[in-house]
Amino acid sequence: MRRVRELYPEHTVVVIDDGSRDETAHVAQTAGAKVISHSFNMGYGVAIQTGYKYALRHGYDALVQLDGDGQHDPVFIQKLLEPIGAGEADFVVGSRFLGLENYTPSLVRRAGMVFFRRIVSLLIGQRITDSTSGFQAFNRQVIRYFTTEVFPCDYPDADMLLALHRAGYQIREVPARMYASATGKSMHRGWKPFYYLFKMLLSISVTLLREKQI
Amino acid sequence: MPFQQQIFALFISVLVFVVVVDLVRRRRLREEYSVLWLATSVIMFVLVIRYEWLVRLTNWIGAGLPTTTLFLFSIIFLLMLCVQFCIKLSKLSDQIKNLAQENALMRSEINHTTNKGVNLSTDQG
Repeated sequence: MRRVRELYPEHTVVVIDDGSRDETAHVAQTAGAKVISHSFNMGYGVAIQTGYKYALRHGYDALVQLDGDGQHDPVFIQKLLEPIGAGEADFVVGSRFLGLENYTPSLVRRAGMVFFRRIVSLLIGQRITDSTSGFQAFNRQVIRYFTTEVFPCDYPDADMLLALHRAGYQIREVPARMYASATGKSMHRGWKPFYYLFKMLLSISVTLLREKQI
Repeated sequence: MPFQQQIFALFISVLVFVVVVDLVRRRRLREEYSVLWLATSVIMFVLVIRYEWLVRLTNWIGAGLPTTTLFLFSIIFLLMLCVQFCIKLSKLSDQIKNLAQENALMRSEINHTTNKGVNLSTDQG
């Protein structure tokens, strides 16, 4: 967070506090971020959507999303924004598998990632190396699109890419470095991976069954 | 169907009907939820009065006993009710999510404006 401020003093930093009871909101605010606090915990997808709604309301041209646990290296923000500024893409994903290998997930996770990126690449007809990356940047059209009810609020990733593609947005991947989460806790633990697998397959299927929405 | 059973079944169906209508009257139950309940009590009433219809229905679906038919339909009814609730729940969670997001955004907006006000007044003072 502090690094983002140092590297990009001209950007607005918005921190979504998803109902945390610790000092997160206060710390972020002191560091100079705009903090939006949920009254109670609603999960990752809802939190990022709150950020999109904020961006839409305040008329930002583009948005970069980073996870708050220090996984995503802010140095790459500029790299993610470049294709959007140039109008070459609507949606840019920072991929950990494009050269800058610095991150090795566990075997199960890796298998899951490979599985979904195969599916997504096949369905989109474009090579996607990291379909689960939360390091993303996108322009105003996509922000608007994501604030509607089409946005999948629990675990938005592979299905979201597919929905974007079907809505006619240009997706682009750029290399980005990622670190292991500072808290060491992943969203995917316990029984969650099974739910994730099920939800994602279902979500991908129904996205395909839906009428194209723009 | 024995007379005693018939009386009991009629009593239950009339009771369900009256209770549901009363709940709607007192606005404790929304009309949209009463439909399934009222329909069930009416169907039950009709099937008791016209027992031969129940027998015909039993033959038609291939069940062994009329009681099986009744059980089967009560289970189907409960399932339908569950689905109705799930649909409603999904809609409600979505609405709550939107409200909570709206609330968070508005709160941050208010904080922002009040902070600005405080800063201005301290600057002046």
